[in-house]
Amino acid sequence: MNWSDALIQLQYDLGAPRELSWLVEGVTYFIGAFILANAALLLALLLIWITRKVISRIQDRIGPNRVGPYGLFQTVADALKLLSKEDITPASADKVSYLLAPVLSVVGVLMTLAVIPFGPGLIGADLNVAVLYLVALGSLGIMAALMAGWGSNNKYALLAGFRVVAQLLSYEIPMVLAMLAPVLLVGTMSMQGIAEAQSLYLGPINLGLGWFIFLLPGAFLIYLIAALAEAEQTPFDLLEAESELVAGFHIEYSGMKFAMFFLAQFLNSFFLGAIAVVLFLGGWQGPLAGQVPLLGPIYFLAKTFFVYVVIQWIKGTFPRVRIDQMMQFAWKVLVPLVLALITAQMIIMKLPLPMWINYLLLLAANIAVVVVVLNILGNYFQREQVRSKRAFEPRSLIGTMQPVQSSSGD
Amino acid sequence: MLSQWGFVLILSAIAVVIPVAAIVLGHFLGPRRPDPVKMDVYESGVETIGDTWVQFRAQYYLIGLIFLIFDVEVIFLFPIAVAYANLSFFSIVAAVTFVLILLLGLFLEWRKGALEWS
Repeated sequence: MNWSDALIQLQYDLGAPRELSWLVEGVTYFIGAFILANAALLLALLLIWITRKVISRIQDRIGPNRVGPYGLFQTVADALKLLSKEDITPASADKVSYLLAPVLSVVGVLMTLAVIPFGPGLIGADLNVAVLYLVALGSLGIMAALMAGWGSNNKYALLAGFRVVAQLLSYEIPMVLAMLAPVLLVGTMSMQGIAEAQSLYLGPINLGLGWFIFLLPGAFLIYLIAALAEAEQTPFDLLEAESELVAGFHIEYSGMKFAMFFLAQFLNSFFLGAIAVVLFLGGWQGPLAGQVPLLGPIYFLAKTFFVYVVIQWIKGTFPRVRIDQMMQFAWKVLVPLVLALITAQMIIMKLPLPMWINYLLLLAANIAVVVVVLNILGNYFQREQVRSKRAFEPRSLIGTMQPVQSSSGD
Repeated sequence: MLSQWGFVLILSAIAVVIPVAAIVLGHFLGPRRPDPVKMDVYESGVETIGDTWVQFRAQYYLIGLIFLIFDVEVIFLFPIAVAYANLSFFSIVAAVTFVLILLLGLFLEWRKGALEWS
């Protein structure tokens, strides 16, 4: 049963005239979209609180704990403070792109909600081109960041705008290609179709554990790394590197306009996690999800929050990469690997062998990709660790720690 | 199917209204005391010298061009992926060749030094 069908039926039962079916449908969709969009705003408040708590715990702090129970209303207080701030527009800014950028970044993120399946029958619009729709919306966010960087007429913002082009465009390619792997396997671009395909039947019972991560771990790893870059999270947060660019592309924004960028960023990392859950972690599938419909949304949200916390964990652990390392990793490691993976998957899927041998070959190819990526990352971090240990060795500091001898001799 | 796009249309209208309403609300609720120093752009406390919108590195154009090539070809791959189960042998050879040409193009760019960032 679809939620919109149920709602339309309810309106007819309440006495809505049959001739006005377009109006009934419109009212239904308006209610659905309104609830979704406002739930997303409340979700953002929760997400910011989770981020602050997780990062605090990693850094051995307590985090917000004054406003409300466990500091839950700290974000509400912050939002109210931002609402009362002065709305400043630099006199020399390019007004159109400066004012349009925060709106566009929120639009691009909120529209993602339309195709996310929260449970069986619980999807805004089950488009048959949903994955392509998500790719298109991703470009909208890039546009917003670029417009903010260019329109602010600020040198730091402009530098961040350059980095937007370099980083977000480069990581868009491996992300989209990794999203191709489940589409190729299922043969549909509908998000609901992909979620439904990840069931696992044991006789008549749906265990709901046929997640694509067990079959395509390589594509999942590449998607996760690229999604971290797309969400501007810490190993790739060059766009707003505080020590280099002060705040990045939103440096000239204050008050509610800044809040919009902040909102879009947190929601974006959550929704990229949600897409990862639908494409690779089974969506709403799970044990007994077929029998008890209520379990579907619970499984979906639990998995998505888990992915979100993992993203924050990575954020609290890893140092920022340099721009040349980031570009090299995208173009010389991720793109060739994911293209090779797609080619291998295309060939393997058409081999005239029993199904399970095909699946084993596919798994082997994916595990090979995982091993290569982890090897490259491991080597890199080991090299960096050795370098930073050498830099901070006490022996190398002895010469510099001596008190300065006065040379004038008076 | 068409009515599904109706939902997307309504959601996009709401998605535009929410940030616009928030920004307008903030504009009227906040104080308004403009002065020339405040309206100036921020540059760590010194006055901006010269034009901000200057010439920049050609490398960014190169990355933009490579992205454009790849993105367009990736969009072609999605219809192939959806119809993949029903493809004949020759269409599969064509699809695999398409991806291999993409891969060869990447290696060519690599050899030509378009991916170096120094």
